[in-house]
Amino acid sequence: MPIKQLTVFLENKLGRLAEVTRILKKENVNLQGFSTTEARDYGILRLVVSDVEKSRAALKKAGFTTHVADAICIRVEDRPGELLNVLDTLSDAKINIDYIYVIAGTRVVLSVPELDRAEKLLIEKGFFICRD
Amino acid sequence: MALEFLNESIETADRKIIEDIQTERLRNTLVNVYENVLFYKKRLDDCGVDPYNFKDIGELQKIPFTTKEDLRLNYPFHMLARPFGEIVRIHSSSGTTGNPTVVAYTGRDIEMWGSVIARQLFSLNLRRGDIFQNSYGYGLFTGGLGLHYGIEKLGGVAIPVSGGNTERQIKIMQDFLSDVLCCTPSYALHIAEVGKELGVDFSGLSLKAGIFGAEPWTNQIRKEIEKRLKISAYDIYGLSEVIGPGVSCECYCKKGLHVAEDNFIVETIDPKTGKNVPGSETGELVFTTITKEGMPVIRYRTKDLSNLVYDKCECGRTHVRMAKPIGRSDDMLIIRGVNVFPSQIEEVLMNVKEIEPHYLIVVEKRNFLDFIEVWVEVSENIFSEKMNALEIFESSIEHKLYSAIGINIDVKLKEPKTIKRSEGKARRVVDMRKGEKP
Repeated sequence: MPIKQLTVFLENKLGRLAEVTRILKKENVNLQGFSTTEARDYGILRLVVSDVEKSRAALKKAGFTTHVADAICIRVEDRPGELLNVLDTLSDAKINIDYIYVIAGTRVVLSVPELDRAEKLLIEKGFFICRD
Repeated sequence: MALEFLNESIETADRKIIEDIQTERLRNTLVNVYENVLFYKKRLDDCGVDPYNFKDIGELQKIPFTTKEDLRLNYPFHMLARPFGEIVRIHSSSGTTGNPTVVAYTGRDIEMWGSVIARQLFSLNLRRGDIFQNSYGYGLFTGGLGLHYGIEKLGGVAIPVSGGNTERQIKIMQDFLSDVLCCTPSYALHIAEVGKELGVDFSGLSLKAGIFGAEPWTNQIRKEIEKRLKISAYDIYGLSEVIGPGVSCECYCKKGLHVAEDNFIVETIDPKTGKNVPGSETGELVFTTITKEGMPVIRYRTKDLSNLVYDKCECGRTHVRMAKPIGRSDDMLIIRGVNVFPSQIEEVLMNVKEIEPHYLIVVEKRNFLDFIEVWVEVSENIFSEKMNALEIFESSIEHKLYSAIGINIDVKLKEPKTIKRSEGKARRVVDMRKGEKP
């Protein structure tokens, strides 16, 4: 089962990321991890949080554009070659990764076109899929 | 729809009758300004037009234009043709670009203004007893009071709420059962947006029509307003120098704005040469008032570009129709030698259904070259967790703008509400070449 990942549109302006985290703090939401992707004038912030709906409502109220998407979250052991195992599993199955990032607790969040198939393959290989 | 008129004989008069009325009224106006306004006495003497023997309306073309600059040079009261005592009202422009222009009305001018607007509201199938929420600004601006007197003349119920305080606007709309909203088109969009945030279902309200003006707006924006507010949106045109709103207005057919020709003579000219353009070609609108007493204007250059259609309208009215103005000649941007009207950009943007009807055009010089960018807000309709979706969206609009206009226009994606919402006239263009700031 995939996790719900919260995405926020941010203009490339001073203090915008801080504003997002301020809102999450106010809502008492724990931030488990995030990544940013930037274009010239704006960026996308992807967040894994303890309460997606609450965070989204608060951010929307503050005027942010948000989106919720599914992603796979897997725990990887903290030792050499572990990420490679994940990547090999997917590339052997011809599944291309759209984006991938690490969050707290040596967990990896990744997005692929065929979510269910990828998840099944990873489970078969013995990876632990996180549910939240 | 049965043909119905508030003043049938005037509204459906043959061209010959309209011209006869115009000639006689123009003669009276020329006599009035010749005898009472030094500026026009000199003008008429110089061009050799004798107001007392004025018989041919074609002679009007011999008289030089009146410009905003002329009004400014005669600030504040030198253009008045009637003494205080007969003048009962003064309005004025905001004067953002210099001395404000001041206009003055006699009691009969106010009466005429109200009658013209009442007739126009009637032509939109609005009637006695309809409730008008008038959200144009009340004050020196002609919009608020202009509409107000027209509404009362019609027998409508005027709610003089004026602009601003959008949540209260919506509450009044709900509680007072407003049938008609009068404001700028950009403010109508703002009301729709705030209403949506408050969870208002506009289809459940009484609101059925909107009278929008005081800024140029495209048919695409009309569709947006109609969809969001669940109303029929009509264009009213005017400028304070001529009278204010009501110089022309659409009828229910929405196929051009009928000029109130029994009060105003309209011409279209080539803005460069000053020559009248033939037929229905596009040109700058020029108006002459022929019933206004307090401060008539003769051949006033509006800088608004439009074209005239003399065919009889489906509604039965014969008064000439002007197309929705495509913009003002001084709104035209020259970008690396290419003429661009903000309305052209608006048309492209509003044809992209994901784009919110709030945008800003920013022009600047970089290394001696003109650059133009368009700010649009990222709504949930276009946003996902994929970066390339945004990039594809950006470049597809850029491509559309390029195909329509022929120059490269950068699209800049902005967070919601970054673009200032307007409660009056919208500011759609920031020209940093002139020192303006977004």
